[in-house]
Amino acid sequence: MERYITKQNLTRLAEDLAKTCRVLAPVSSCGSVTFRRFQPGMTMDLHSRMAAVSPKAATFPQTETLLVVKRDATEKKPELVETLPQGKSVVIGCRPCGARGKLIFNPVYETDKIKDPYFISRRDNTVFISLACDRPETTCFCHSVGSGPADTAGSDILLTLVGDGYVARSVTPAGDEIMKLALFEDAGDKGKEADAKNAEARELMGEAHDYTSAPAKLLARFDDMDFWQAQSAKCISCGACTYMCPTCYCFNITDDDLGLNSRRIRTWDNCMSHTFTLEGSGHNPRSTKAHRLKNRVGHKFSYYPDLHKGVIACCGCGRCIKQCPAGVDIRQIVNAAQEYSE
Amino acid sequence: MNANPYLPDMATIVEVIQETHNIKTFRVVLNNEQRMKDFTFRPGQVGQLSVFGVGESTFVINSSPTRKDYLQFSVMRVGEVTTRLHQLQPGDQIGVRAPLGNSFPLEDLKGKNIVFVGGGIGMAPLRTLFVYMLDNRKDFGDITLLYGARSPADLTYKAELPEWTSRKDVNVVLTIDNPAEGWEHKVGLIPNVLLEINPSPANTVAITCGPPIMIKFTLQALKKLGFADENIITTLEKRMKCGVGICGRCNIGTKYVCIDGPVFTYAQLKELPSEL
Repeated sequence: MERYITKQNLTRLAEDLAKTCRVLAPVSSCGSVTFRRFQPGMTMDLHSRMAAVSPKAATFPQTETLLVVKRDATEKKPELVETLPQGKSVVIGCRPCGARGKLIFNPVYETDKIKDPYFISRRDNTVFISLACDRPETTCFCHSVGSGPADTAGSDILLTLVGDGYVARSVTPAGDEIMKLALFEDAGDKGKEADAKNAEARELMGEAHDYTSAPAKLLARFDDMDFWQAQSAKCISCGACTYMCPTCYCFNITDDDLGLNSRRIRTWDNCMSHTFTLEGSGHNPRSTKAHRLKNRVGHKFSYYPDLHKGVIACCGCGRCIKQCPAGVDIRQIVNAAQEYSE
Repeated sequence: MNANPYLPDMATIVEVIQETHNIKTFRVVLNNEQRMKDFTFRPGQVGQLSVFGVGESTFVINSSPTRKDYLQFSVMRVGEVTTRLHQLQPGDQIGVRAPLGNSFPLEDLKGKNIVFVGGGIGMAPLRTLFVYMLDNRKDFGDITLLYGARSPADLTYKAELPEWTSRKDVNVVLTIDNPAEGWEHKVGLIPNVLLEINPSPANTVAITCGPPIMIKFTLQALKKLGFADENIITTLEKRMKCGVGICGRCNIGTKYVCIDGPVFTYAQLKELPSEL
């Protein structure tokens, strides 16, 4: 379905949806743009820049409760209560890369044998209304990882800025449902303008880098710790990259003691941390930042593609590059492995 | 396992055995009788034990599927969860998520001679298979168990050792690192005693588990004795959280120890990138 919505009506849409759903939208505050729970009266910042943190939290919150363990003082046996997510969410104004990020979770969180009910429930109850990018930032490389500035993968509706509003294209039944609302109007021939804008944005990105050889080339460097020490020399193991990343899906599970009761929570975890793989004996299979960066880059560009039909576990948003306080650039690391000659 | 892979079964500790100064064995029964009755697993599979309010850790199920009265786990006290576990008494409630991971290749082991080489707490994963084999004795050829610890006090499963060593249908050799008063078995490091026992590699599979340094020299000894890489089996330990191949801790390249392991042959380990 193709329709058109004015900027004013998009805000009204957000306000209307917020009455029944949890709406997440980019909001500018203290110099950075982040996804916030949208409430009427707030101003969305769709265009100044890409949100610093991806909209990953919509389907994979930074902290979520998996179970609550209830105990009463007289009863010796505690009761376990599953706390599955409730309600529906809508993400408005994320970029195509952010919406696509969650697709990387799918073959891991939902297999023949294992179904992660928390992620699946959130994923199936969240609608993504994405905004096509009109120009790339220097850190953008979505076109090199099988995507692009107007990619609809992972989105329900894709908006493209035309005039004082957006051409809206829905690609799922959930998107169709929203676009039936009276806030949307006939797109007329604005679709052609949207096509031209999408093509222009893609053109501005230039030639895509070919990562085909990356899985094998990275694996070939696995034991070359000199290579990884050189690549990770700048890294300070802070893990900002993992928290900003739309595709980083590793987590920790810990217990929160609340006196009589307790809750088991899942939190985003950071594979750049020394304690991530630290074993009880004191042994650590990834004992240095070189080992850890190798695993992070290897996971995205080698192990995951090997396990999942060649798909690179990176959506090319460039947040890890932009937000790295030490200037580590994942593109340069993969390139270095690809260009390495014995 | 529950449909929600993070949801443990509530279980009751029915017996606690103090094995060594820092190892306790816990026998547990799932509270849901039907689920306990239906619980099946294969030797080598692991489980996550929960102490609610503290956390969850991974341990091998070291009872045998042939003995279904309880599930048994041996726990060395090293961190927060294991310290709290060690304070628990019979009747106390814990959570169990099991079974997880792969298992020993029982079908391939049938008809073979078996040499078990266990060191310290590394005896736990061997115990499940050893007891399974005792209960299915006719399915296997000669069975040798070499089990070593630093001192007599560091041996686990002491209550069972007299029965094991007196059996005529298995060859059980115990060793300690240094001489000790009243010790009637071998004295010497496990790899050296293994060379002394000199098992034939013909139609034989060696299964080993123990501290990394012991594994390293045991592998060398087994190679010296002529064991092929595919006839050496070990079981790995890694820090785990989810236990179901998602959370990203236990992978070695593309292999996840929690779902592709913990049991690997030496031939398979050699194929993996070196990140043990």
